[in-house]
Amino acid sequence: MKNTILKERIVKAIIYLALIIFALVIIVPVLWVFLAAFRPNSDFRGDTAMSSPWSLPSEFRFENFVDAWTKAKMGDYFLNSVIVTAVALGLLLVLAIPASYVLARFKFPGRKILNTALMGGLFVNVSYIVVPIMLLLLGFDRAIGTTFFMNNRFILSVVLASTALPFTIYLLESYFVTIPAAFEEAAYVDGAGYFKTMFSIMIPMAKPSVITVILFNFLAFWNEYIVSITLLQGDKVTLPVGIMNLSQASQSKAEYGRMYAGLVLVMLPVLILYMFVQKKLTQGMTAGGVKG
Amino acid sequence: MKKGGGRGLFVGLCVIPTAILFTLFMVVPTLEVFYYSFFGGFNKFNIVNKEFVGFQNYIDLFTKPSIAPKFIGTFQNTILLIVLVTIVTFGFALVYAGILSREKIKGQNFFRIIFYIPNILSVVVISSIFFNVIYDADIGILTSFTNLLGLTVKWKSGNEIVIFSLAIAMVWQAIGYYMVMYMSSMAAISESIYESANLEGAGRIRVFFQITIPLVWTNIRTTLTFFIISTINLSYLFVRAMYGTRAPQSTWVLLYYMYEQTTDYGLAMAIGVITFLFSFLLAGLVNAVTKREVLEV
Repeated sequence: MKNTILKERIVKAIIYLALIIFALVIIVPVLWVFLAAFRPNSDFRGDTAMSSPWSLPSEFRFENFVDAWTKAKMGDYFLNSVIVTAVALGLLLVLAIPASYVLARFKFPGRKILNTALMGGLFVNVSYIVVPIMLLLLGFDRAIGTTFFMNNRFILSVVLASTALPFTIYLLESYFVTIPAAFEEAAYVDGAGYFKTMFSIMIPMAKPSVITVILFNFLAFWNEYIVSITLLQGDKVTLPVGIMNLSQASQSKAEYGRMYAGLVLVMLPVLILYMFVQKKLTQGMTAGGVKG
Repeated sequence: MKKGGGRGLFVGLCVIPTAILFTLFMVVPTLEVFYYSFFGGFNKFNIVNKEFVGFQNYIDLFTKPSIAPKFIGTFQNTILLIVLVTIVTFGFALVYAGILSREKIKGQNFFRIIFYIPNILSVVVISSIFFNVIYDADIGILTSFTNLLGLTVKWKSGNEIVIFSLAIAMVWQAIGYYMVMYMSSMAAISESIYESANLEGAGRIRVFFQITIPLVWTNIRTTLTFFIISTINLSYLFVRAMYGTRAPQSTWVLLYYMYEQTTDYGLAMAIGVITFLFSFLLAGLVNAVTKREVLEV
């Protein structure tokens, strides 16, 4: 009996050790970035450079954030990211919610084709089609004789929203299907039209899945870089692209402090949001099945 | 359902704008990837004068001396990454999911929340963390551990090692997401099965392999298929975010090689088509190989 208790304790200790090690593997590098954002450049290079990753900052330089925001233009990029994410998210909701509702509830010519195409779209990753999208926009620009479609944050938002449609409609449509038709029939009997029924009865009922859609697409748009890097340039780039440029520049010019401050700027909004919605996020994820 | 009364207008307004944008920015570009792969001699700066070359791009990929060895190399790197990252990620995700859903653990929520964090971070952020914080040759965290063991590992530049550095970053990013996925399917397993297993004196490891894994097998299969498709894409996103356009050749994956072809978009699109077909073939193959009788409880 004593032996089994001892054995049980050892097993438990190993389990806790495994959990704690993995937690540290995730937390330590992230916290390291936050700490590094305050380090002076002298901590990273020259004779005064730190000799081990565990040494403390030689001073706390809050100016890194000011430098990153103004000199490294992270402020501009931050604003670009906010604009692109907000416009893309708004547009996506306007496009996807009514379409999902109609696809789930109404029979119309072409419905089957559209549904099948959207399902197929779940498997098409945006990395494959960035080049044709760019060629398409270049073609539009050539047709109108000026640069409008390329290097335009709003067009980027439209592209991002469009490529997010399959996953979003898949989630919303499968939710609308589960809502009993009795609710709509009651609304129609009361004399409500199609638009009123959708906006005041059906969309409010789909709120849980709309929230899931908002959370996932916010993260996707905010973190996205491969479309932005292809369609935008110069001052118009989003924060992740700005970070990439700075990260590559810092290897030659050694502006480490700014780079880490920039990384904090990208991570912070996402981490703060996560603290508030982590439960919703993980529940929504398992309810929605697999993400592409 | 209600009859008439602007039904057509309603359906049209709801669906047509969505269908147009979806067609314009997804359907058309996808078809164009296939279409352009039969053309040559065009790129970003010269789109107009493209020339039909039939299957020449595909033939070049496998036979042209200046292309074929590189292309085969990127294929090998991609397959190595898929095998490695899939096995390690799924192993850890299943074990940690098993622990967090079966054991009485203090701070269970805390661990779940922490493990999921990498999934919400941008690939750019993760790449930068690994490149500058973990793999740095002087002050990298992992470097400091390998130095302690008396090894000099060049995590960022060592030709033999960089592909594994890439794999580690990808595993780090993915474990939490799949762990949460499996936790929810494990939570659906009825307690009475575990009780009867306990009565028979089955140990933890036996319970895990003979009860937990078989009962979440359907979920494992579905996630596996998606994981393979997304690994092909993510491997490119990581290489690009870590090395920009100057990645060492030992890290080149299929889609990276596609984006390398900036002077010949036809060739790039042919690589895209092959990658696309390869990912489906592999997903289908894995799906067929992992087929088991579904256990219902």
